[in-house]
Amino acid sequence: MSKEGVDVGKRRFLTTATAAVGGVGAAFVATPFVKSWMPSARARAAGAPVEVNIAALEEGALVSVTWRGKPVWVVRRSQDMLDTLEQVKPELADPESQTDQQPEYCRNPHRSIEPAVLVMVGICTHLGCSPKFRPDAGGGQLSYSGFFCPCHGSKFDIAGRVYSGVPAPLNMVVPPHRYEGDDLIVVGEDPNQGGEEAA
Amino acid sequence: MASRFMNWVDARFPATQLWNEHIGEYYAPKNFNVWYYFGSLAMLVLANQLLTGIWLAMFYKPSAAAAFGSVAYIMRDVEWGWLIRYMHSTGASFFFIVVYLHMFRALLYGSYRKPRELLWIFGCLIFLALMAEAFMGYVLPWGNMSYWGAQVIISLFSAIPVVGEQLTTWIRGDFVIGDATLNRFFALHVVALPFVLVGLVIAHIMALHHVGSNNPDGIEIKANKGSDGHPVDGIPFHPYYTVKDLFGVGVFLTLFAAVIFFAPEFGGFFLEPPNFTEANPSVTPEHIAPVWYFTPFYAMLRAINFQLFGIDAKLLGVITMFGAVLILFVLPWLDRSKVKSIRYKGIIFKVMLAALVVSFLILGYIGTQAPSPLLTTIAQICTAIYFAFFLLMPFYSVLDRTKPVPERVTG
Repeated sequence: MSKEGVDVGKRRFLTTATAAVGGVGAAFVATPFVKSWMPSARARAAGAPVEVNIAALEEGALVSVTWRGKPVWVVRRSQDMLDTLEQVKPELADPESQTDQQPEYCRNPHRSIEPAVLVMVGICTHLGCSPKFRPDAGGGQLSYSGFFCPCHGSKFDIAGRVYSGVPAPLNMVVPPHRYEGDDLIVVGEDPNQGGEEAA
Repeated sequence: MASRFMNWVDARFPATQLWNEHIGEYYAPKNFNVWYYFGSLAMLVLANQLLTGIWLAMFYKPSAAAAFGSVAYIMRDVEWGWLIRYMHSTGASFFFIVVYLHMFRALLYGSYRKPRELLWIFGCLIFLALMAEAFMGYVLPWGNMSYWGAQVIISLFSAIPVVGEQLTTWIRGDFVIGDATLNRFFALHVVALPFVLVGLVIAHIMALHHVGSNNPDGIEIKANKGSDGHPVDGIPFHPYYTVKDLFGVGVFLTLFAAVIFFAPEFGGFFLEPPNFTEANPSVTPEHIAPVWYFTPFYAMLRAINFQLFGIDAKLLGVITMFGAVLILFVLPWLDRSKVKSIRYKGIIFKVMLAALVVSFLILGYIGTQAPSPLLTTIAQICTAIYFAFFLLMPFYSVLDRTKPVPERVTG
């Protein structure tokens, strides 16, 4: 290309301007392609919050519901069980729930909103098996009541906190949840989240 | 008649020019040895994967409900379907065997050194694309190891701070691995990545033919040209190396066919036993291990069970694993030796290269085994050696006592 009689500055400006506008256009066009990879409306509906009514849940019993394809357990713990939370501490890897395995409002000694009611994703943090509920400490498998994973022998206390020296690295996950009244738990929404999404 | 036809074509498309540039008058060093088979063999396996892959896609159903059944259908009901599928699954393993040997050749003879840096980088990109292609391909049969392998590999991305969780959801297209994940992996495996691979292979070969092939002596044959303008130590690719490569193809296909017909699962290394049962989110296989070609890197991931500089073990493991691949890209700038080929390098390089190979093989073995404290310690040592080979290279390659390089290539 001959540069004779050419305003090089103007040409460079026009080239840059064209490239910049084109680049913005490309970014806009990329949006649907990138966004289409997010969970579809159907997948989101399947992942919508689920409600659990615990009015009939007896002390020491566990009820399981499915949320986002995973089992979510609700356990109404007895006072005896709650008393073990302090006694078991020396055997735990993360007794104070330092790791981010629960919402902020459940970072407390009982890892729950209502002290007695545990809401937890029933998946072992090792390789995703589903541990067994052992309210009676599993005949020696555990020191106190809790959960025992049969796949690789990981142990958890009755708040889902992991014992030290087992394959699972982290406490079990407490999902976001909130109460609607005394007995209705909505799994998948934080307490400050109103009912708009559900409506 | 034929020449008149070629004249007609050449006036419209540079057919003869392309042939001469890349085959007929491409002058390659006359001293290629057995290590130089693996480039052409990699192309052969790529062709095999494309051909058998297209045919498999004619019978396979990319949905969580139908995928596992459609693979069984291919194996049992489709005429010769079992052969086409075994050619594809065995081809994947052979692709990595050939590519690992091809990369080792480059390490031996310094084929990554100036002026072949971009040639090497294109090669590294091919390796990276191949790993992605193989991983996604392994998910498609929707066996239980497909599912749990995908579970483990995709959750690696959750180790990335801040955006990790969102990123894994984006990759999966759902809150769990499922139909959406399988469907997009099919599209990537069958359409997107093959395009990328073929494009990179073309760039790799164009770069090779632009700078010329290296050789076991690491001498630039272009520096010594005869009166005809061709390198005196070069011979035309055709017929000399086309015939040589054809012999290699014969040997290769013999081994390839033997595995396809007699040991297509290869003792659980090419096709893992849990993959003969359908994907089941509630049953974790006893021991999750990737296919053999990923095990060295998987062992490095697991070897990191400690935190460092405030980075937790999980993220550090992921960084180590990806770092092990990415460090290959800067190899041309790490090697500061005066010579290219191992023939003229000193004892330090030879020891380091041997240590690298042994560590890599040990890591590969450990990656197939269930973790234990002893194996983890060995894996940590081997990981350190692997990285030492690269990170210490700027120092030992200068210290190493090299031998003088001859003017002309030797036997």
